[in-house]
Amino acid sequence: MSPPPRHPWARGFVLVGGRTTTRWRMLVHTLVSSTGEHPPAAAGPHPEARALYLRVLAGPQSVAELSASCGVPLGVTRVLLGDLAGRGLVTLHADTDPFSPHILERLLDGLRAL
Amino acid sequence: MAFAHSDRPADTAKIVVAGGFGVGKTTFVGSVSEIEPVDTDAWMTAESRGVDRERPGKVRTTVAMDFGRISLPTGLVLYLFGTPGQPRFWHMWDDIARGASAALVLVDTRDLESSFAAVDYFEQNRRLPFVVLVNLFDGVATHALDKVRDALQISPHVPLMAADVRDRRQTLSALVASVQHTIRTTRPAAARAADL
Repeated sequence: MSPPPRHPWARGFVLVGGRTTTRWRMLVHTLVSSTGEHPPAAAGPHPEARALYLRVLAGPQSVAELSASCGVPLGVTRVLLGDLAGRGLVTLHADTDPFSPHILERLLDGLRAL
Repeated sequence: MAFAHSDRPADTAKIVVAGGFGVGKTTFVGSVSEIEPVDTDAWMTAESRGVDRERPGKVRTTVAMDFGRISLPTGLVLYLFGTPGQPRFWHMWDDIARGASAALVLVDTRDLESSFAAVDYFEQNRRLPFVVLVNLFDGVATHALDKVRDALQISPHVPLMAADVRDRRQTLSALVASVQHTIRTTRPAAARAADL
């Protein structure tokens, strides 16, 4: 990974071309997984995008975890992951309904079993 | 952290841990998380410019958000997200709260005022059921719970409880209570009527 830039916010803003949104729906806990091994160059020229992509290759993890482990701010992470999804390099998993009885039951049973 | 051992990603769920600065959100998350609570910087977008009244004309661009993770034996991965304490980050709270199954507002009875904004936020955001948890820093309550309810204008239907959030079991019990409250609140009326 490249050394942290001196003004990470400015850099992040510039590298995603000033975009603050992406057409992909991404919650902070949305899981991201890889679609298979592609050369890192497929992630594009930005070291932040490559870092995120390589991290996803290690196994599925949430948008927030990717942001934290790669040191890329959340908003930039979302835009870059949206780009990677657009290139077919990563899959953004569908949300589960947070109030579905099935999910709430698994949540309750799981917490009680700890 | 990855789930390298699993071919198929688990389903995820999220619970929000809110409250003022220094009320114990990070301690709460740390007592049950399987990873060290992680700080990440959220990216403040342009609409925050007008919100930062303390420093007019300046854009405050970083805000820390901490989170933890618990893999449940029921195949669900639960993420716990702490909200930034300051009310001026409310649009970030929307982002964190979106898709959550439950919320807890932590209260420090020595500094009730610091959690008022969080209580107010969830009282107004009716979509996400919440409970209020008084953090027993020294294992003792300094205020009776009904006084806390009055002082923070917490609605009668909102569960109010106390716990020492340094204790894993007590933190887990609080999480269980928050999920039970969501189940009670979101169940269709027909199912509730059948219990009567």
